[in-house]
Amino acid sequence: MTIRAAIGLLAVLAVAVVAIVAALSSGDESSGSGRSLSWFVAIQPGGTIEEVAARCSKESGGRYHVEIEFLPTDASQQREQLVRRLGAEDSSIDVVGMDVIWTGEFANAGWVEPWKGPLAKQVTEKVFPNVIETASFEGDLYAAPFNTNTQLLWYRKDLVKQPPTTWDEMIDQAEQLEEAGTIQVQANRYEGFTVWANALIESAGTPVLSGPETVELREGPAIRALEVMGRLANSSAAPPNLSTSNEDTTRLAFEGGDSAFMTNYTFAYASAAAEAPDIAKVMGYARFPRVDAKRPSRPPLGGFNLAVSSFSENKDLAFEAAACLAGRQSQLTAVELDGLPPSRSDLYTTKVVTKAYPGFAGLVRESIEGSGPRPSSAAYQDVSLAIQRTLHPPDKIDPADAASVYEELKENLEDAVKREGVL
Amino acid sequence: MEASAPAHPSPPAAAPRISQKTRSERRLAWMLCAPAVIAMLAVTAYPIGYAIVLSVQQVDLRFPEEGGFVGLDNYGAVLSSDLWWTDLFNTVMLTVVTVSIELVLGMAIALVMHRAIFGRGVVRTSVLIPYGIITVVAAFSWQFAFAPDSGFVNKLPFIAEDMDWFGDRVSAFAVIIMAEVWKTTPFMALLLLAGLVTIDSQLYEAAKVDGATAWQRFTRITLPLMKPAILVALLFRTLDAFRVFDTIYIMTAGAQDTESVSILGFNQLISRLNLGLGSAVSVLIFICVLAIAFVYVRGFGVRVEEGRPGR
Repeated sequence: MTIRAAIGLLAVLAVAVVAIVAALSSGDESSGSGRSLSWFVAIQPGGTIEEVAARCSKESGGRYHVEIEFLPTDASQQREQLVRRLGAEDSSIDVVGMDVIWTGEFANAGWVEPWKGPLAKQVTEKVFPNVIETASFEGDLYAAPFNTNTQLLWYRKDLVKQPPTTWDEMIDQAEQLEEAGTIQVQANRYEGFTVWANALIESAGTPVLSGPETVELREGPAIRALEVMGRLANSSAAPPNLSTSNEDTTRLAFEGGDSAFMTNYTFAYASAAAEAPDIAKVMGYARFPRVDAKRPSRPPLGGFNLAVSSFSENKDLAFEAAACLAGRQSQLTAVELDGLPPSRSDLYTTKVVTKAYPGFAGLVRESIEGSGPRPSSAAYQDVSLAIQRTLHPPDKIDPADAASVYEELKENLEDAVKREGVL
Repeated sequence: MEASAPAHPSPPAAAPRISQKTRSERRLAWMLCAPAVIAMLAVTAYPIGYAIVLSVQQVDLRFPEEGGFVGLDNYGAVLSSDLWWTDLFNTVMLTVVTVSIELVLGMAIALVMHRAIFGRGVVRTSVLIPYGIITVVAAFSWQFAFAPDSGFVNKLPFIAEDMDWFGDRVSAFAVIIMAEVWKTTPFMALLLLAGLVTIDSQLYEAAKVDGATAWQRFTRITLPLMKPAILVALLFRTLDAFRVFDTIYIMTAGAQDTESVSILGFNQLISRLNLGLGSAVSVLIFICVLAIAFVYVRGFGVRVEEGRPGR
């Protein structure tokens, strides 16, 4: 390159930089003169987050402007990024998109502000009581419920005449099928495994914890739940990749026609409709199966709530913004664009919801109402790690000797709530 | 040499005295080193010291009101758990296996690179490509390749189509080892090549004239002369391999008993926010790393500066 050419190139670059800086700064001005609030939240592929941030910024009449900071798609990595920032008292976070299982931890650490007075009342209006529980810790509300989530049993209507009501029935049916005789569940060693294990234990009739630091896990029902887990993992109904499966691999296998049954979140329907229309046509839905035939199942509960960071420099505005971002209109946007179930129970008869869940809006609502949330504890991560470490891979549970695994689980959980030992 | 010619000669029986000039040279040397020393203290000594302080305390970010000195309790908790010893075994096994394979492959590649007559630059650059890829990206590529639903490996002949590579300890370790070897063999090869180029080619010619076979030339000339380079390469790779994290974290996250000590530390520190326990794990890993370096330097007589390229 000649010197002349180099100088020319530099000049072009300089002009480009000036133009970009000018464009960026003018963009800042046009976006409103109000305070800028940053919202750390998981990305939603349908565009919900961008849409509600823009709407609330506009509705604030220029008092605030919501800037989005996307977190990774993986739930553990979302938490990891947030705890590193919050642990360092980072004031650049105003609103936190908080997974239902982080509430106890974030609240106890003093990272998120409690909601009080009329605003607390406003954001919990008509919200499912067990969703409010997931946003609360030791009697205080720490977040505005945004979207919730639950798992249904998805099955193939062309292969299965009558959907099973219990896990045992489902395993029997799957074992007898000539093709696609497998059941897809999430059983990799990650949070999804805790979701499955907790739903089985809750459905059997006992909670894992009865208080933030008290293990409940009654013997009879817990052993029953472990028997189901061990039976499935050791039967021909278990897919070959059972112990490494997650939401996405199970969805892919079901859409590929490999399995007649799958327990998965509500996104599975929209995904099949888009990716595998032939499977979607014969896709049936039912409530999460029971463990105890005489007791209604307690399906998993997921979702995100919006909290205000204790290190925010604009807490009042952040509360106002969080209330809007999680509000009724935003919940409708989330179900319309991303198929995420609203946390307000009164929205399940709206057209938006019945369109997103054709024929099963009522079932989703019933499933959320009857759900068995994961334990609430400041040491939740310890509890979840203890469950994963003890029960994974599930095929090591001998259904004839689930009692020995129960003893181990109970012991490890006792250590976990006391935060003792390495996990 | 100036120091040995003092201006005021002193009786030879007296202890050697440091001259004015030497003293000022030493002072200058310290001043020149000072910025580096300060930087090292700030970015290395301080964090290590802080980790040691945390490791004798009860610190949990989720329980800010707790705290206090607990002595060696955290170390006791770690060393008395089966998990630490399982993970340590996994890590040592992984280190020994990967470094051994890398040494053999790296040596072969170094010899080829050394002999390459045409396209030397292209050969050396292309061999380095795997090392240039970010470990996390490489780990994902290998994971996708071996995934039962989307990977191509299960479609190869002689491999069961529904083989779940990460669902079993042995097969999961096999993939982890392959990914590690693929990624870091180039580094080994490059360090060995640096040692190889320092060997005088006349030695080989003389040996040839004396009738030495290719194998004799390799074992009697190449290996002994390369010993410093080999030991330095082994030291670097062993220390690196012992701290393996990314590949395992991406592929299994420690499931199926494939956890390394670094993953154990991560779980205590980042997942549980238990800084006391996590720091104890980190300090124990640090001690292991020091022990490895000590064994190499004292046991095998590695002299890092001799193994460096361009001696």
